[in-house]
Amino acid sequence: MPKFSLALLDKVQQIIRRYPEGKQKSALLPILHLAQQEFGGWLSPETMDYVASLLGLVPIEVYEVATFYTMFNMTPTGKFVFQICHTGPCCLVGSEKIISYIETKLGIKAGETTPDGLFTLKRVECLASCGTAPVMQLGKKYVEHLTEEKIDSLIEELRTHADFIRK
Amino acid sequence: MQILLENSSVAGIDQFDVYRQHGGYASVEKMLTMAPNDIVEAVKKSGLRGRGGAGFSTGMKWSFLDQKSGKPKYLVCNADEGEPGTFKDRYFMERLPHRLIEGLIVSSYALGVNTAYIYVRGELSWIITQLEDAIAEAKSHGFLGSKILGSEFSLEIYVHPGAGAYICGEESALLESLEGKRGYPRIKPPFPAIAGLYGCPTVVNNVETLAAVPWIVMHGGEAYAAIGIGKSTGTKLISACGNIRKPGVYEIALGLPVEEFIYSDSYCGGLLEGRTLKALIAGGSSVPILPAHLATTTAAGEPRLMTYESLFEGGFESGTMLGSGGFIVLDDKACIVRNTWNFARFYHHESCGQCSPCREGTGWLEKVLERIEHGHGRTEDIDLLVEIAKKIEGKTICAFGDAAAWPIASAIRHFRDEFIEHVSLAKDHV
Repeated sequence: MPKFSLALLDKVQQIIRRYPEGKQKSALLPILHLAQQEFGGWLSPETMDYVASLLGLVPIEVYEVATFYTMFNMTPTGKFVFQICHTGPCCLVGSEKIISYIETKLGIKAGETTPDGLFTLKRVECLASCGTAPVMQLGKKYVEHLTEEKIDSLIEELRTHADFIRK
Repeated sequence: MQILLENSSVAGIDQFDVYRQHGGYASVEKMLTMAPNDIVEAVKKSGLRGRGGAGFSTGMKWSFLDQKSGKPKYLVCNADEGEPGTFKDRYFMERLPHRLIEGLIVSSYALGVNTAYIYVRGELSWIITQLEDAIAEAKSHGFLGSKILGSEFSLEIYVHPGAGAYICGEESALLESLEGKRGYPRIKPPFPAIAGLYGCPTVVNNVETLAAVPWIVMHGGEAYAAIGIGKSTGTKLISACGNIRKPGVYEIALGLPVEEFIYSDSYCGGLLEGRTLKALIAGGSSVPILPAHLATTTAAGEPRLMTYESLFEGGFESGTMLGSGGFIVLDDKACIVRNTWNFARFYHHESCGQCSPCREGTGWLEKVLERIEHGHGRTEDIDLLVEIAKKIEGKTICAFGDAAAWPIASAIRHFRDEFIEHVSLAKDHV
């Protein structure tokens, strides 16, 4: 059973206090974000059950919410998740080419993870970065104005410093 | 004309001290000398309209807020920017987080609100941190929290992260999401002004809308209304992208000619060398696409202006909408069919699934467009798309259905030849 540290449990209480008494369900999205970050980058049924217990919800209330939002991963991911925007404005300036390039380079298709568990490639919808397209979300950052050269050096950097982002 | 982005390039303007040195939070001091309703009246006089896309009068929206229910009232800032082509709120919050906080304080005072939430899309995690830092700074200087600047007015502002759902930009879906549920739009009425967050009276305003309020408080509604043309008053942030030389966010006085916006070096800087304008999506992916000749002039031959009215001139036959200000330029190398298919996939992916015309219809649109784009289309597919779009539009709980239907209907209206070409040339554009 996953369990937050005392410091994070304190953070959970802080988040709950943002909302009126009895409305602690409002804290669900922020706490799911926290749980995903803490427990391996995805939401296992055990993690969701744990979050339900923290908020006094029945587990199904958490499952139905978690599965609605694309930022929550329902399956394990690689250590680094390349989330490339493939919506219209990014495509006008070459995001499909960038996706193909990464697929070839990593030897995986979008939606897959490399066998070494390091990289997952995902296609995502508009990231509100159309002026700096093509763009990817990587952990808590955006990498903008993507080029093949940028992808090369990024992958190299991540392979070298394999714990660069999650920290 | 810089009302919102004034000082945005000053180093450290995202910090309280620098922001304050440049006149920041002056409207909070001024508001305490005013009655709340004076601010509502000033906003009404300003003609300010919702900058998220709908363009509804902000003053009117505020005056609908139920002040007699005896329940708590809430102000919710919609920072769930997700409309393809739109990145103005993100740009603004990254640079001027305190201006948004200031806007929330004066607006909350005007509305008699003591708790406000900023719903930010979860992907923008650095902005969430910036806003939380700005809130903490404002609080430590007495501009937020209990008894602001020694007055009887208290306000708490909290930042709430979304988690990746375009539909949560729809205000009632946003409220559901803020309550910890799926982002399903609510049936209206009741409107949020009567029964919003937790069933309490609530105003939901876009980032850019709230950010304009401090200027209106400082300079008066008339001064704001003096900018712009007719019912399109003030300034608007336009996020320009696509096949242009200078993508970015520009603040314009409403009324600027579209042609000037596209070709002037002060704005988009024109198209790339040797390319020509093919089409314009002027207000985010949801608004009708226009071919080049209707983008810069109306069907009547008048210059097209960046106003709510001029962009709509000609209705859906030959006009479009200002929308969110997501300005997407397509040049002669862009494929309209491909772009339309892309948007159809987007709407299918983002449909919340509550209403069957939208849940099923967006999927059909995507499938039919996909086969046309990949050279497997049939002649009758083109009218089939028009039929499906018609059967979604106006038949759903929220405006998402319209937003999914309009780009497709308009693309076929103005670029039918290109669809026919795709259908007649098997395996074209694969």
